Amino acid sequence: MADEVPSLAESKLTALVVDDNFVNQTMHHKLLDRLGIQNDVVCNGQEAVDVHCSGRNYDLILMDMEMPILNGIQATKRLREMGIESKIAGVTTRANEGDKKEFMEAGLNDFQEKPLTISKLLSILHRLDFYVQT
Amino acid sequence: MLGLGVDRLQADINRLLTSLFHQGVLDEQFLQLQQLQDETSPTFVYDVINIYFDESEKLLRSLRLLLMDREFSDYKKIGLHLNQLVGSSSSIGARRVRNVCVAFRSASELNNRPGCLRGLEVVEHEYHYLKNMMHELFQLEQQRLLAAGVRYPM
Repeated sequence: MADEVPSLAESKLTALVVDDNFVNQTMHHKLLDRLGIQNDVVCNGQEAVDVHCSGRNYDLILMDMEMPILNGIQATKRLREMGIESKIAGVTTRANEGDKKEFMEAGLNDFQEKPLTISKLLSILHRLDFYVQT
Repeated sequence: MLGLGVDRLQADINRLLTSLFHQGVLDEQFLQLQQLQDETSPTFVYDVINIYFDESEKLLRSLRLLLMDREFSDYKKIGLHLNQLVGSSSSIGARRVRNVCVAFRSASELNNRPGCLRGLEVVEHEYHYLKNMMHELFQLEQQRLLAAGVRYPM
């Protein structure tokens, strides 16, 4: 399976993982690494906002919905208000249609249910035009 | 002879995993976890599972403390802890733990204290079973690696 995973290292994509769960942080970081996407990890929406305030920018943000201090919906709204145009994909284990609608309306480009897998991540990248599936 | 030891251990590992999948203890997400292990992170599965154990035990301790408190009424906090457990259990493929956490969460959403106490007992039981099985798996894997390492060069 490892041999079949495409490498996007040449595209020099960067990503930010925003999740308060250490297991998910580790998994998502590794998933992105495996695809050759350089990535950073923060623990909540406030840290995601702070890292952008410090001048960092990313092609893709994987945003968890439920987080302490500043949740994914609030963080997405704040980033869009700041003029951040990165592609933001909401990821969550638990979203009824109402929550999903609210999350999308906050400014997401895509939404995916956890747990994330290589193929779900490739789907996100494909839908956001970062990767052409062959 | 040494090769047979490795093969036998590998067969034991395969049998244990098959059993865990068959019992519904693990699901296909565990295979994803295994697929992420590579030469740059050769102990990835072990590392992630140990993070899961550390985090889960903190959450379970907190849940027990909350529910043992006679004045307890913070069902929202129970829900937040369970969201964490559901999330991380899903991520590693711990299907049965995830499912019993979801059931526990339903009781907390109804502010059902007896239901929550029962839910906690079930989650603790499933969690400890998973932990024991993972320890057995890691022990077999370690024995297999040791057996594979004790080879005379060709």
